[in-house]
Order: sequence, then structure tokens, then C-alpha cells
Amino acid sequence: MSDKLMKLKVNVWRQTNKDQSGEMKGYVVENVDPHMSFLEMMDTLNEQLQHKGEEPVAFDHDCREGICGMCSMVINGIPHGGHKGVTACQLHMRHFNDGDEIFVEPWRAKAFPVLRDLVVDRSALDRIVASGGYVSVNTGGAPDANCLPIPKKEADLSMDAAACIGCGACVAACKNASAMLFVAAKASHLAHLPQGEPERYVRAQNMAQQMDAEGFGTCSNLSQCEAVCPKEIPVRVIAEFNSDLIKAQFKG
Amino acid sequence: MKLEAKIPEGPIEQKWTKHKLALPLINPANKRKFKIIVVGTGLAGSSAAATLSELGYQVDAFCFQDSPRRAHSIAAQGGINAAKNYQNDGDSVRRLAYDTVKGGDFRAREANVYRLAEVSVNIIDQCVAQGVPFAREYGGHLANRSFGGAQVSRTFYARGQTGQQLLIGAYQALEKQVQTGSVKMHARHEMLELVMVDGHARGIVTRDMVSGKIESWAADAVVLATGGYGNVFFLSTNAKGCNVTATWRAAKKGAGFANPCYTQIHPTCIPQAGDYQSKLTLMSESLRNDGRVWVPKKGGDNRPPAQIPEDERDYYLERKYPSFGNLAPRDIASRAAKQVCDEGRGVGPGGRGVFLDFADSIKRLGQKVIAERYGNLFDMYSTITGEDPYTVPMRIYPAVHYTMGGLWVDYNLMSNLPGLHVIGEANFSDHGANRLGASALMQGLADGYFVLPYTIGAYLATAKQPKVTTDHPEFKKAVADTNARMAKFLSIKGKRTVDSFHRQLGQMMWEKCGMARTAKGLKELLVEIPRLREEFWRDVNVLGSAESLNTSLEKAGRVADFFEFAEMMVLDALERDESCGGHYREEHDDEGEAKRDDNKFMHAAVWEYQGEGKQPVRHVEPLVFEAFKPSIRSYK
Ligand SMILES: Cc1cc2nc3c(=O)[nH]c(=O)nc-3n(C[C@H](O)[C@H](O)[C@H](O)COP(=O)(O)OP(=O)(O)OC[C@H]3O[C@@H](n4cnc5c(N)ncnc54)[C@H](O)[C@@H]3O)c2cc1C
Ligand code: FES
Repeated sequence: MSDKLMKLKVNVWRQTNKDQSGEMKGYVVENVDPHMSFLEMMDTLNEQLQHKGEEPVAFDHDCREGICGMCSMVINGIPHGGHKGVTACQLHMRHFNDGDEIFVEPWRAKAFPVLRDLVVDRSALDRIVASGGYVSVNTGGAPDANCLPIPKKEADLSMDAAACIGCGACVAACKNASAMLFVAAKASHLAHLPQGEPERYVRAQNMAQQMDAEGFGTCSNLSQCEAVCPKEIPVRVIAEFNSDLIKAQFKG
Repeated sequence: MKLEAKIPEGPIEQKWTKHKLALPLINPANKRKFKIIVVGTGLAGSSAAATLSELGYQVDAFCFQDSPRRAHSIAAQGGINAAKNYQNDGDSVRRLAYDTVKGGDFRAREANVYRLAEVSVNIIDQCVAQGVPFAREYGGHLANRSFGGAQVSRTFYARGQTGQQLLIGAYQALEKQVQTGSVKMHARHEMLELVMVDGHARGIVTRDMVSGKIESWAADAVVLATGGYGNVFFLSTNAKGCNVTATWRAAKKGAGFANPCYTQIHPTCIPQAGDYQSKLTLMSESLRNDGRVWVPKKGGDNRPPAQIPEDERDYYLERKYPSFGNLAPRDIASRAAKQVCDEGRGVGPGGRGVFLDFADSIKRLGQKVIAERYGNLFDMYSTITGEDPYTVPMRIYPAVHYTMGGLWVDYNLMSNLPGLHVIGEANFSDHGANRLGASALMQGLADGYFVLPYTIGAYLATAKQPKVTTDHPEFKKAVADTNARMAKFLSIKGKRTVDSFHRQLGQMMWEKCGMARTAKGLKELLVEIPRLREEFWRDVNVLGSAESLNTSLEKAGRVADFFEFAEMMVLDALERDESCGGHYREEHDDEGEAKRDDNKFMHAAVWEYQGEGKQPVRHVEPLVFEAFKPSIRSYK
């Protein structure tokens, strides 16, 4: 790997607010160190812009270690940039070459309106969780944690789904802008645990309804969501979810 | 400033039970009439907001991220402690409490710590009931590991994502209450001011980070769960948005700030790679269970690690602390790393790094077992550094990680300002001068699920304050002041970006108020910080408008507060003329170990803001140890 500094042409979506239309704008970014993260490259761009009197590019980020789900950029057409299991904040510039042209855009989905530049409104995902993505247990009075053994295999399957960071890349990748992977991951996390069993089918129905109400599309069955998911949530959760929805009809 | 700790009488084992019984209750129908503001939705804030609303209170919750689920708590990797003694290895509430008090170098309030250990067992029960997928053994029971300087296995974990899973549990509980309508969640709202009416905390001022609108909110009590201030150093393991604004604004309204100098430097982080670095990434210290820390015996030894023979390596933690070895507590392991690097034996760029080597464990257990235990951490390391830790030892270096200091609170978690409660990392009470691994998550959830929901009722039942609305002049004034402050940032139109100031402040703090501190360096900072602050207010460049999503304006407010707060932190470090836990004054050293001065400093230092340009006043809360005898903290 070379440590040579790179010069890149970075095209970024600029939009002042929700009500105005936006456009791609090109910038040259110099002195990009291959050890930088993608967001550090964006920081470098922002320093440059501000020195020229131009407002910095707004983008969401917080943990910068791939766990909070805040960062959300489509890089060269792929949410998070297309490296397996990696969020934009964990993507490093060593994957790019000197002279590359890069395109950076916000998540695109009807249910995720752009608020500014690369920042979108993902509150629809919270509302889906509020519609039923939990176990209805209040604080206090829980039995001893070990009184209910759970087979390791089930606990692991639950954990695989619970690893979802709610970033919304799955929505951005889907041609129908469906939130199916997100919703099914939540359902699967709880469905594999005995604690989640009593509300399993109502939960599935409520979340599916809310997903529709928020304007997310239907599942395209193309698995693009799985391909971009930084936590590699498998599409098997969608199959499980669909099967639960069907069973839910019979359970009334 | 009146500092009444309100520690209940009686033997330590009975204090909390008796206290709960003595607390006045509010009848369920009346709870509905009280509104509580909870700022912050990390483990502490989410759990508190959910539980308070379940009890019947009306809750307004705030966070600056786009969703409550993204609070910094999400990043915790390693685990959460609880005195369950599931492993039958001799753990107990008393032992967990003792370890925490000793780990904090006898600078925490013993009664609070004991209560923390007591409710720790309820936390695990609660989380499992919510569906937190903790790691399990093949028999289906919960798995444990030993963590961060503990000699028993009491740490519960969910792969390397414990914080995330616990937060999702609390977040789901919160969303459940949002659905009932009794919690109103305000994401992308940053608290910029605390509002006091007739000496009671009655509300806050926020900025809607999308529209820029400055608004105020009134309530019967205010809870701050806004996390720690490690980002005063710019580079830390904290999420980028972590800040001191909420607690500092409260301090400026009269809340005592306790032990601001107590900072935890975590020994196992990925070393800084360049000047552009925006944050440091933690490698969970669970890695020290199987990794061995070493540097070459000779300085300047640049051979690839595999070519350095065994007898030319210095496994310095195992050598210096034979009984704890690589598991020596954080402050001790960090200082030891700094020491070997100062001796010129550090590895990697700039010689600021030590090896964390898994070769022996891989030989002993096989790569598969190691991958199962730490796979995601190894992946993270190789994503960031481009190196493969299965074949080349990791390089690590200490970094700022956690702040034990925070707003002073009494046993009820209320600050000296009536009505203002402070929970989680934002308060000072449980970790003394050093926090043990896996105990911050425990504290956040203890405060939020099991302590505050009881104690806040006592305040509400007895305060008897008239209802106020945001039409009250104090609210109007706070809103006007905040608007003026935003306008001021935008009017400076200087030449330097906010980040450049923040970076410079952070570097100064790291050099002179970081891992090692001296009176000389601290006194220099007391001149340098005001100088740079003055330059900030003269030359910062914040573009754009206040009425829009404006990331530089957000940062400007936070950095301005860091500038003021930093000075208090340095003063505290200077006045605490001893070494204890993470606070290491080079003048007080016992062969590389922190040397406490119990005669002079067995107290919490609580600072009272006096106004701009005036030195804050230092008060003390003496610490009395009845159950646990202070001893020299030795891990040899
Ligand atoms: C990388 C890392 C790993 C860690 N691993 C562990 C571990 O394994 N075990 C352990 O016990 N501890 C660990 N810790 C420590 C632990 O994660 C934190 O101390 C703890 O989660 C803090 O929780 P909290 O609820 O107090 O605050 P936070 O989770 O920091 O939440 C703060 C909340 O306040 C909000 N907020 C802040 N300021 C404002 C404002 N002005 N206006 C509105 N909202 C505001 C934020 O939006 C957020 O919701 C780790 C820390 C780090 C950095
Ligand atoms: S910033 Fe947290 S996941 Fe990228």
C-alpha cells in the first residue's frame, strides 16, 4: 500500500433545505492520505470549502466507528460505498486511487426526505419501532435472568438480526425503497427469543402496516439490501418475517 | 453552595432499602400532572424516560442525533458488570462494590457505589426480559467473562456490541412509551440553556437543528443524561457529538461541577495515524484477556515483530504486575504504555504504540476460538489500519475515553439546584478517580431504571412549586440570550474554522492535562487557554445562517463551552495536588504509581461558577469510608 497523498475530484449533492431542489457540485480535494477514513476526507473538503467562504457539506455522523448508524452516504452509487460489512465512516481512502472521481449522494427514498446536502430524515424508522418493535415489559419485576435458558443457537440467530444499526442503507439500495430488511431484522431479533414470542405475530403485522404508512415500497426480492448492509444482516430474516405475516392472518 | 449528600443512616447493606421506604410517594393519578424533561437518550436517559413514563409521568425527551437509538452508549463494546455470581467464583454485591470503590482509588461516594452494585442484578433481569440477546453458553444460560481488572467473571456481553444491544433495549422501551403518547421525543434538538425559576430548575432552551428554531420547554423537573466531556481533548474514543454543553450551561446557572479533572485514559486504542485524525477508535479491553502487551527491550528496534526473539521482548505489564498482568486496570496500563514509549521503546509511526499480541493465544486455542471471541474487533482493526491482527500483532496506544467528573449530585441524584437531576456519565458519583471496565453501562442503567424513578418522586412530592409556562420572563430571557449567542457566532466572520480551534485546544489539553500532569504545565494552560479562547471569539468563521441546518454553528456552541470548561478542569487538576486513579500528577509518584494524599484530598472537589473572568470557587464534600477501608491500591 502506498502512503502517497492523493488528489481527488469529489462530486457532492448540495441542497439547502427540504423545500429546495439540489444539484451535484464538483470539488477538487488535495492531500488525501490513504489512511484517512472517507469522513476524514469529507472533513478535509469542508476545511477547504470554509476557507473559500463556502458553507461546509452537511452530513450525518457521530461514532465514526460503524455502530451508531448515523452516517449515510451513497458513494459511487452504492450506499456506504460497497465494501463488505463497512459503513461510510469505516471506509478508508486506501481503497481509492490518485485522480479518482467520486460521487457522493444522500440516501434516496420517498420516506427519507433530504434535509440538507447529505442529511436525510429517517424518523420513519423510529415510528416503525414505536408501532411494535419491542417486548411490552415495564421496568421492574422481571424474573431472574437465568430462569429461562435459551439455546445458544437461537440466541445467536437473534443476535445476528439485532446487529442492525438502523442506518437505512437497505432502503437506499432497494429500487422500491423498501424497509423490509430493517423491519424483518427487528422482528427476527425478537422472534428468536421466548421473551418476544407472545407478541410475535401482532408485532409483525403492526410493523408491516406502519412501514406501508410511511411510504416505503414493497420488497423487490433482489437482495440488494443484504449486499449493502454494513452489518451483513441476511435476507433470511425477510423470509421469516413473511412467514410470520402469513401465520398472523390465521391467528387473527 | 450547599452540598448535602443526604446519605441515609445505617449499615451500608440497608441504606438503599431503608431510603426507598422512607421516600414519599405520589399517587398514580397525580403523577400524570407532573412533566419531566429528560435531556439525552443514551442508556441513562432512555431508561429513565421510559421508566418515568411507565410510572405515569409526562416526559419530554431530547437528543441531538436523528434518533434516540444513536446515543454514544451504542459504541460500548466490552460488556456490563453485575454481581450475579452465576459463575460461582465468589462474587457478591459487596465484592463488586469494593472493587468499584478500590478501582476508583477511594475517591467515590461509598454509599452510591454500594447501591449501584445492589441494583446491578436487576439490570440483567430487566434487559433479558426486554430481549437483549446476551451471549449464552451451550446449556442456554448466560455467559460471563472477566473484564478490566476484575478477578471474577461478572461481565455480561453481547458479542462486541454490548452497548448497542443494551441501548436498543432501552430505546425500544422508550419507543413503546412514545407510542402511548406519554413520552414526546424530540430528536435533533440540542439543549443550549437551563432555565431556573425561583431557584428551581424548570426548563430548558433548545435549538431545532433542522430549522434552527430556538424554543423553550417548561416542566416540573429536569434530568440531564447528556454523557461525558472527553471531547474537550478533541481526539478521544467518544462519538464526535459528545459535548459538555448541557452540564456546563447548568454549571453556569449554579450547579456544582465535581472533580472535572478526573479523566480516564483507555490503554487499548488504535494509535493516531495522522494530523487529519478526527477520532480515536477503542479496541475493547476484553482483548487483554487473550492478548499479551509488549515492546522491544531495546529502544529503536524496528524489526518486524515476528523477528524479535522472545528474550528481546519486554512484556512489561506481566513483569511489573505479576498477579494482574495484562489485565491491570486502565489507568495503570495506560501509564505503563506511556512510560515505555517515553523511554523510546514504542512501536509504529512516531514511536507512540505498543504491541498487543495474540500469537500465543492463537497457538493455544486456535484461530477459530479467537475469531469467535473477537472477530468483529479484529475486523474493525484491519479495516482501519489495513493490517491483519491474526498474523501481525495489533498496535495500541492510550486515548481519552471516559470522564469520571461531572455535575455533583446527592444520594437522590439531584444536583445542588433543586429539581435538576443528573444521571449516567454526566454525574460524578460512582467511579471516583478511575472507572473499572464494564461499569459505565451498569451505572447508566442503574440510574435510569432503578434509582432516579424512585428518587425524583421525592423531589416532586415535596417541592410544591407552582406550574410555570414558557411565557414566564425567565424563559423569554433565556430564549433571547440564546438567539443572541447564535447571532454572535455568525457575526465574527474570522479566518479560522471551529474545528481548527477545537483541535488546538484538544492538543494543549492532551499535552498538559492528559495522562501526566504537572503544576508547571497546568499553570501554563491557565494562560494559554484564555488566550486561545479570546482568539476564538475574535477569529472564528461560522458561515451560513442560524435559521437552517448548520453544522458549524452547532460545533461553535460546543467548542465555546469546551473553552470555558477546560479552564475549570485545569484548575481542578492543579488544586488536586496528589495523584489518584486517572489523575496523575508527576510530582506525586511512587515508582510510577499514583500516590494519593488521603489526609488532604479525601474529598470530592466541587466547583462553583462565579461569572465570566472570575475564578470559580472550590468546595469540598468529604468522603467518609465506613464499609470499605481505604488501602493503597496495589495491583502488583
Ligand atoms: C468506544 C467506547 C466503548 C465503551 N465500552 C464500554 C463498555 O464496554 N462497558 C461500559 O460499561 N462502558 C463502556 N463505555 C462507556 C459508556 O459507553 C458510556 O459511559 C455510557 O454509555 C454513557 O451513557 P450515558 O447515557 O450517560 O450518555 P450517552 O450515551 O453519551 O448519551 C448522551 C445523550 O445525551 C444527548 N445529549 C448530549 N448533549 C446534549 C445536548 N446539549 N442537547 C440534547 N441532547 C444532548 C445525546 O444526544 C445522547 O442521547 C465505552 C465508551 C466508549 C467511548
Ligand atoms: S458514524 Fe456511526 S456508523 Fe458511521
